[in-house]
Amino acid sequence: MQISQTYRLQFAVLFLVLIVTFLVNLSVGSVSIPIKEIFSAFTGKGASKETWQYILMDYRLPKAITAMLAGGGLAISGLLMQTLFRNPLAGPFVLGLSSGASLGVAILILGASTFGGFFGTLLLSQWSLVIASSLGSFLVLLAVLAVTFRIKDTMAILIIGLMFGSVTTAVVSVLSYFSNAEQLQQYIFWSFGSLGNQSWQGVLILGICFFMGLALSVFSSKSLNSLLLGENYAKSMGLHIKKTTFIIILATSILAGSITAFVGPIAFVGLAVPHLVRQFYTTSNHLVLMPAVLLCGSLLMLICDTVAQLPFSEFTLPINAITSLIGAPVVIWLLVRKRKLFF
Amino acid sequence: MASEEKNIILETRNLSVGYSNKKGNSVIAHEINFSIAKGELAGLVGANGIGKSTLLRTLTGMQNALNGEVFLNGKNLSEYSSFQLATQLSVVLTEAPASKNLSVLEMITLGRQPYTNWIGSLSKEDKKAINFALEATETTTLAHRKCFELSDGQMQRVAIARALAQDTPIIILDEPTTHLDIYHRAYVLKLLKKLASETQKTIFFSTHEIDLAIQLTDKMLVMAKDETYFGEPCKLIEAGKFDALFPKETIDFDGKTGRFVIKS
Repeated sequence: MQISQTYRLQFAVLFLVLIVTFLVNLSVGSVSIPIKEIFSAFTGKGASKETWQYILMDYRLPKAITAMLAGGGLAISGLLMQTLFRNPLAGPFVLGLSSGASLGVAILILGASTFGGFFGTLLLSQWSLVIASSLGSFLVLLAVLAVTFRIKDTMAILIIGLMFGSVTTAVVSVLSYFSNAEQLQQYIFWSFGSLGNQSWQGVLILGICFFMGLALSVFSSKSLNSLLLGENYAKSMGLHIKKTTFIIILATSILAGSITAFVGPIAFVGLAVPHLVRQFYTTSNHLVLMPAVLLCGSLLMLICDTVAQLPFSEFTLPINAITSLIGAPVVIWLLVRKRKLFF
Repeated sequence: MASEEKNIILETRNLSVGYSNKKGNSVIAHEINFSIAKGELAGLVGANGIGKSTLLRTLTGMQNALNGEVFLNGKNLSEYSSFQLATQLSVVLTEAPASKNLSVLEMITLGRQPYTNWIGSLSKEDKKAINFALEATETTTLAHRKCFELSDGQMQRVAIARALAQDTPIIILDEPTTHLDIYHRAYVLKLLKKLASETQKTIFFSTHEIDLAIQLTDKMLVMAKDETYFGEPCKLIEAGKFDALFPKETIDFDGKTGRFVIKS
């Protein structure tokens, strides 16, 4: 697709704002660390206080990187879904991926009493949560992929994804009905989403999944562009619809599935960011939109995380609530201003 | 005769079109035989539901033929891979592009996809083809407009420009004149005529504008209830083939003017 503008200004501004927000995000929290100290911590001199160095390197930096990976990844998968389903309402979660992850975690936490005793406590480590939610979203992904091989119509896949979502939500409510208050609380805390408490090892795994998903997305960008004309036109230009659909859904699932597994179900970013980006980038070319959406998603997530840690206080708000609180008004404002939501 | 045979680009032999399912085949139209040469403009007419779109879908490889064969350039359609087909045949469909947010230039550029690399960057040749498509359809001034800002007439020209940018020997259009006023209907058909003779492309389109098609096309395929007829428009009129198109009690074909008249 021909690029009529290079969008250098937009990218430069976005990049600058992202760097500033990144530094602010590292600096604020229950303990505020001066920006100068952050620089000296990074350049190897070490912060003037050892606790600062520890907080930065082992808590805030992995958290900020997780936030950027999660925001960028979810936003990219939102863009892919909107183009694949040619529907401005589509997002990574319409495929039922987050419901699948929730189901995995629900079975683990709420069903742990069934296993009981020693085995029960063994199951409830940090890692088992990640594994359960990955397995959950992976199983839903397999089901969705099996369906895409049989069904031609993308709208049908969308509806089937929603149905998978309803079924898993229903199973979760049945499970929670039979579980005790303590387990229920634990499950609900997971569903709030959390960017913190990531080990460097976790960040590395998330990063690997992220780059796999990203590589598949970039690889599909030409096919995504031709899908903008509709399936029949795309086919007439030599596109293999089934293969393309498979790759795009695989990319989304890797991105959304791994992110949900690590940080919990985070609503909204995937749906809202592509629409936000389209306000400043008038092109439909995915090669331009993708980096923009990636930067913008990372930025939004960092801002949400900065707000969520409530600067100068000891509390941290659930990240899932913040993304919706910030994201929903933005989308409503866009709709009122433009009166139309294109994809 | 021999030299003319060589230039046949699109040909069908005993073609049957329709849908197949588990219960068997439901044939919509059968025994379709025609051949269109290089640089010819051919029209396809017939009543609603007679199978015009099904035939076009079969010719473009979007659905399989029930029986008989389609030949492109002397090679059976089923022997083309979808990628090879994209460099032989381009389409203009009745549906609008799925994304209304595409700019005209972006939409026309997409026509170059069969030729660009995996990331879609444009070579000099690609740009030349795009500029030619813009100029031929007089859409250069619209290049930076968005699809949702265009009128139906402009949109149709852009759709034709996209097919032109794909630079294929055959262009197939499904009802390119629907939703257009009389001026744009004539404009689009004249444009197709010009393109066929100037670029030596083979253009085949379905239409309900029978009187305009009779005036402009080189060949016509008439799909009546049980039979299809193919030939030059004037010969089809002489043979009275248009009379069979519609039920006689409502409208009647007047061979002298080449029009349908309402029966009072």
